[in-house]
Amino acid sequence: MSENAAVGKLKAKFASSVLDVVEFRGETTVTVKKEDVVAICTFLKKEVGYNFLTDLCGVDYLGQTPRFMVVYQLYNIGTKERLRLKVPVEESDATVDTVSGVWSTANWHERECWDLMGISFNNHPDLRRILMAEDWEGHPLRKDYPVQGPGRRPYQGRVS
Amino acid sequence: MAMTETMTVNMGPQHPSTHGVLQLILELDGEVVRKATPHIGFLHRGVEKLSEYRTYHQTIPLTDRLDYLAPMSNNLAYVLAVEKLLGITEQIPERAKVVRVMLAELTRIKSHLVWLATHALDIGAMTVFLYCFRERERIMDIYEKISGARMTTNYFRVGGLSADLPDGIVEEIRQLIDEMPGHIDTYEGLITGNKIWQKRIMGIGVISAEDAIDVGLSGPALRASGVDWDLRRDDAYSGYEDYDFKVYTSQDCDTWGRYQVRLLEMREACKLIKQAIAKLKPGPVVADLPKVCLPPKQDVVNTIEALIHQFKLISEGFKPEVGEVYQGCENPKGELGFYLVSDGSSHPYRMKIRSPSFVNLQALPQMVVGRMIADVVAIIGTLDIVLGEIDR
Repeated sequence: MSENAAVGKLKAKFASSVLDVVEFRGETTVTVKKEDVVAICTFLKKEVGYNFLTDLCGVDYLGQTPRFMVVYQLYNIGTKERLRLKVPVEESDATVDTVSGVWSTANWHERECWDLMGISFNNHPDLRRILMAEDWEGHPLRKDYPVQGPGRRPYQGRVS
Repeated sequence: MAMTETMTVNMGPQHPSTHGVLQLILELDGEVVRKATPHIGFLHRGVEKLSEYRTYHQTIPLTDRLDYLAPMSNNLAYVLAVEKLLGITEQIPERAKVVRVMLAELTRIKSHLVWLATHALDIGAMTVFLYCFRERERIMDIYEKISGARMTTNYFRVGGLSADLPDGIVEEIRQLIDEMPGHIDTYEGLITGNKIWQKRIMGIGVISAEDAIDVGLSGPALRASGVDWDLRRDDAYSGYEDYDFKVYTSQDCDTWGRYQVRLLEMREACKLIKQAIAKLKPGPVVADLPKVCLPPKQDVVNTIEALIHQFKLISEGFKPEVGEVYQGCENPKGELGFYLVSDGSSHPYRMKIRSPSFVNLQALPQMVVGRMIADVVAIIGTLDIVLGEIDR
């Protein structure tokens, strides 16, 4: 499996920031330090051509450190390549710099990530809840949030 | 000196032209929109959270209910993502792949019919609505014969299909497809040359290619801004690389361009379905993977191995290895993507749905600013949003 061209460029430019590169089922995932995420995204967009941010979401790895991952799915419309960027986020400091200045589509994705996962984004232009009600308490997609809602017994019908 | 004061008007969530439960707060200067703020989430059902407590197979019915106008396409995107996660993409039988493409394209026609019907109705052309729903009803009948349900089809399975096509259905699809171009001519005859229709949509909701990419538009909305982008061709799945089809774009960047692109896509979908029917050969519809696919009922009642497999799959489900995949599909409304994270257990550790309507709606505020309030309705129509998919 040939390595994604962007990985080489990233390693050359941000050698100290690239934490991990994983190939799985033909997809490339690069884990980078969260301090440099805006610089890396700008670089990938301007220099490497990843002009389309497909998706952005948070994943809660409860029990691990760091607890959260923010995942960016990038797409290069010119070369039709995909790249996944992951940023580890500590529970004690669950904030990431916003990339809505790089791709404006990140605006709502980041709002959703804040709403459902409780990861906040620095310098975000409009960080409000988006799917849940404004006065909602808690962040439903966190693993320690019960599926039947707050204040109820955890769901017992789980398989395996 | 005359004083200018803006007025704030609430539109929705109970409004016939917002295509569901979308609320817009419009700041108006006379009839001109100065600012629009969408409020969504009224239909949030927590599909992503629910999926974490279900096996991979049990999540398929939840995907029907995302974009409920295109259930088969949602099923397809989800099962492809799971198949990628399992690494069994190459083992899907040919017949299953062809049927998937055929039904995904039929779904595209069905979804575009609702778009055209409601878009025209919003703008004031009532007749088109009735014609479009007449044809849509036939597609729903076909759905019902194939899957037993008109809307929540739940027909595709990881590894293939839930059952083979019923007898005579291919003939029925062929008949519909043969008539469809004529029907599209009828719709066009009603509105394309109509001066009112043209005035209501030409130059409305303009978004440049650069802005469209920046805000994340996909599907017909992006193609109508002149970006040659189609995942069926660029990131081919389910055997689309073997089909001969054209990707239509428009340089108009407005509602008129999107109208043209979608109509051409409907015609192209008819050609794709014809090709699929020609490719349709008898054969298995489920992959030969007893640890993933449910065994045929006949075997379950006759052999102990099949009974054990069925029991294991129903009670526990299959367990993909640890990893994560993203699968994007060219849905009628844009790129529907499923991002699946597996921790090696029988249910997804995390499932993120990249729904096209959610992202496309984000372009609404910038498209309506400076336009008349009546254009807001046209722009909502042209974005072709479904709230079931936005709120998930």
